Amino acid sequence: MRSIILAQTGRIMVPALVVMSLWVLYRGHNLPGGGFIGGLLFASGFALVAISDGVAEARRRLRFSPILLIATGLIVCLGSGLPAVFSGDAFMKAFWLPAFSLPLLGKVHLGTPLVFDIGVYLTVIGFTLKVFFNLCEGGDA
Amino acid sequence: MIGLYLVLVPLVFALILAFTKGRQTVVAGKLTACGLAGLLGWVSYVYFRGDGSQLFAVWDWAPSFGASLSFRINGLSYLMVFLVLGIGSVVFSYASDYLSDESAQNRFLAILMVFLAGMIGVVVSGNLIQLFVFWELTSLTSYLLIGHYHEESQSRWHALQALLVTGGGGVIMLVGFLMLGQAAGTFEIGGVLDAKDQILADPRLAGIVVCLLIGAFTKSGQFPFHFWLPNAMSAPTPVSAFLHSATMVKAGVFLVALLTPVFSGLALWDFPLMIIGGLTMLYSAALGLLHTDLKKILAYTTLSVLGLLMMMLGLGSDLAIKSAMVFLVGHALYKSTLFMCAGSVAHATQTRDVRKLGGLLKWMPITAWTAVLAALSKSGFPPFVGFIGKEYVYKSGIASEVLSPTILMVAFVTNLTLLALAFKVGIHPFFAKSPETGPEAEGHHPHDPTLWMSIGPLLLALAGLGAGLFPGVMGPLLVEPAVNAVAGREILIPMKLWHGFNAPLLISALTLVGGLVLYRFRWLIWNQRSGRVPHDVFEGLFEKGYHALLGFASWQTRLLQSGSLRNYFYWILGSFALLSILKFSIVGWVPEFRGNTPFTFMDGVIVAMVMSGALFALLARSRFVVILALGQVGFGIAWIYAAYGAPDLAITQILVETLMVLLFVFAIRKMPRLHDYSRKTERLRDGFVALVCGGVVTLLVMKTQFLQISVPISLEISEWSYVIAKGRNVVNVILVDFRALDTMGEVTVLGIAAIGVFVLLGPVLSKKRKGKGGDSSS
Repeated sequence: MRSIILAQTGRIMVPALVVMSLWVLYRGHNLPGGGFIGGLLFASGFALVAISDGVAEARRRLRFSPILLIATGLIVCLGSGLPAVFSGDAFMKAFWLPAFSLPLLGKVHLGTPLVFDIGVYLTVIGFTLKVFFNLCEGGDA
Repeated sequence: MIGLYLVLVPLVFALILAFTKGRQTVVAGKLTACGLAGLLGWVSYVYFRGDGSQLFAVWDWAPSFGASLSFRINGLSYLMVFLVLGIGSVVFSYASDYLSDESAQNRFLAILMVFLAGMIGVVVSGNLIQLFVFWELTSLTSYLLIGHYHEESQSRWHALQALLVTGGGGVIMLVGFLMLGQAAGTFEIGGVLDAKDQILADPRLAGIVVCLLIGAFTKSGQFPFHFWLPNAMSAPTPVSAFLHSATMVKAGVFLVALLTPVFSGLALWDFPLMIIGGLTMLYSAALGLLHTDLKKILAYTTLSVLGLLMMMLGLGSDLAIKSAMVFLVGHALYKSTLFMCAGSVAHATQTRDVRKLGGLLKWMPITAWTAVLAALSKSGFPPFVGFIGKEYVYKSGIASEVLSPTILMVAFVTNLTLLALAFKVGIHPFFAKSPETGPEAEGHHPHDPTLWMSIGPLLLALAGLGAGLFPGVMGPLLVEPAVNAVAGREILIPMKLWHGFNAPLLISALTLVGGLVLYRFRWLIWNQRSGRVPHDVFEGLFEKGYHALLGFASWQTRLLQSGSLRNYFYWILGSFALLSILKFSIVGWVPEFRGNTPFTFMDGVIVAMVMSGALFALLARSRFVVILALGQVGFGIAWIYAAYGAPDLAITQILVETLMVLLFVFAIRKMPRLHDYSRKTERLRDGFVALVCGGVVTLLVMKTQFLQISVPISLEISEWSYVIAKGRNVVNVILVDFRALDTMGEVTVLGIAAIGVFVLLGPVLSKKRKGKGGDSSS
């Protein structure tokens, strides 16, 4: 049931979805978006790959196993709360770098909430793809 | 400071012991025994020579709960520390050889050492919460130690029994502690003792007293919780000698003594102590007579003495407190000695049945004489410390203003029985004629244990003799500070061996004679009963309760965790609907409508889309259509979000719906076609539940809009969002900053759910991979 249309669309859509998911992740603090939505976008990109080219191909292109992504995401989330602990504040108190300007992005604010959001992003990707891949494989036989 | 070290050093020892193997463990056990003796020397030096500043220390732990890490060493604590470390050192040197041929010896010694740390923690704690923590630590380690021979179901059951009784009592005690701390305004023990008037005026006083007494009674094996202690004899002998005679079971007595300055004189405190204590004394002494197992007999006499201590503390007079403290020391010295002798005998002869033992004097002379010394102290012969203790008991009985004859009578009968039992355990196996069926007749040649196993018990037995011969040494150093601490003031009763010819001496003499007579006719009891002991009624009750509880648990598990998806839905939706309906009946049913948002054409389209989707889902004859229809409902809801200013929610909803539909499509491919699986009545019932839940949700949504329970924080959050958290997207700021901990919990749940999916699909996947010859990557 391989569809050429789907595969060709995927070739364009998947990189676009990945870039978009990163963009949504970054802009989330000020505009609609964030780690959760970004993660779902990323995952739908790879879901597309899994449907058109098979789960094995999707796994190969993802490189990292979903469980590893979940674990990394959780550790990143936890880690984003630690700077505050080491400086004697309450766990997860936000820390910000001074704002600076970059071409294309404009004024850039970097801080621990963004790190936390990256953790959420990774966990959501890992979870969604874990479930999706497993269900696809389970239903294949 | 020193209190902290007293707890930490044994924990370090435990760690070292845990990582040793084979012969190393034997050597390490002996070294730690010496280390404990050294620790005792050090604490004694600081206690007697220091300026006292070392004896108290407080660190904040959880200040918002009033719990602190706090250490407090007074006369009573020192007495207990002295016993724990002194006897602990002997027990460790004994245990390192006793179990040397066992592979799990390192585990055993390490747990025993953790227990020791916990026990010291109990007696040097300066805070009630901390005391509770250490108290439960002793219960837990006791459980592990009783169950040391965990291959035997009997010993596992006995361990569980002990844990449930003492641990359960501990929890009740914690309730007492919490109320006591609230009544006193502090959890610091020093502060509690100072707040006596406040506590006695508190309306919860009765509850406090009852909870505390239950805690103390369970731990110290008082009637009717006594049955766990004799059963705890399934443990290896060093455990019985240490935990179940000298230290852990004294924790209940310690607790009562600790709080005596506050509660003594209160009828609700004194009378239960006296009555339960007296009952335990008599009951367990009598049961002890029926038993023929050395360790069981010792266990029952321990119970009896614990009852005596409780009774004396309940009596609460100066003399009674004094007698309790002397008896505490004396009992710890001779009882652990007798246990270790019994262990040596069992080790050498392979039996603990007193009827099969006899004539061991010529084989085991050191053990024999050690046991004789201890038995004489236990019997209360002068000049042993046991004699002094007994004298004080009789004295305080005579001097008592209440129940004087009863107390004297109970004490007399008990002491007389204890004497007979002491002879039965400590003298009979060595001096009686060896029986025809004994180990000797079977060709065994029993012998004394190793030096490390004999020297400790001998030292303890000699200490019992020395303490009696030179009461002027033990009195001021050990007993009198403890008595003062329990009484809460200075008590001037010098400790003497000889008080002249008086009534207590006469009763003492009668006790000796009576006990010897009872011992003389011991065969009457044994032969008639031939070792068969009636099953304990209270143990039976406990067992029944235990099984009833388990039965109830499995019944309600079967009910709630039926494994049927439909039942789970009934429970979840049903309870949701019922709770909501309950709430509606309080806040009112009718929703109010404020303002008038016009119903636009767009709204109509959305409503039509959602409702037609729902209707399709209901009527569809194929799973695929159902899923698509449900997706339509979801997209309609996303549209509502988008139309009413929640873009984040809308995007999330669209993405989730998309993925959900995809997932479902993959999941249902292998499922059978839709049929009418259920009967008409069932479908009607399902429809009813669905309608009720839908109605409740609708009503809930309409009500919540104008239901104001407290001031909303949403406005403030949107104000702060950019100022504090540097973000304009309030939803995201809440997720990653204001309530980041919640999000953290949610993503953790995602991780756990992924594991759940893996487990559920695991069998399917692995079967498939095997079928494909393992070429599928994972």
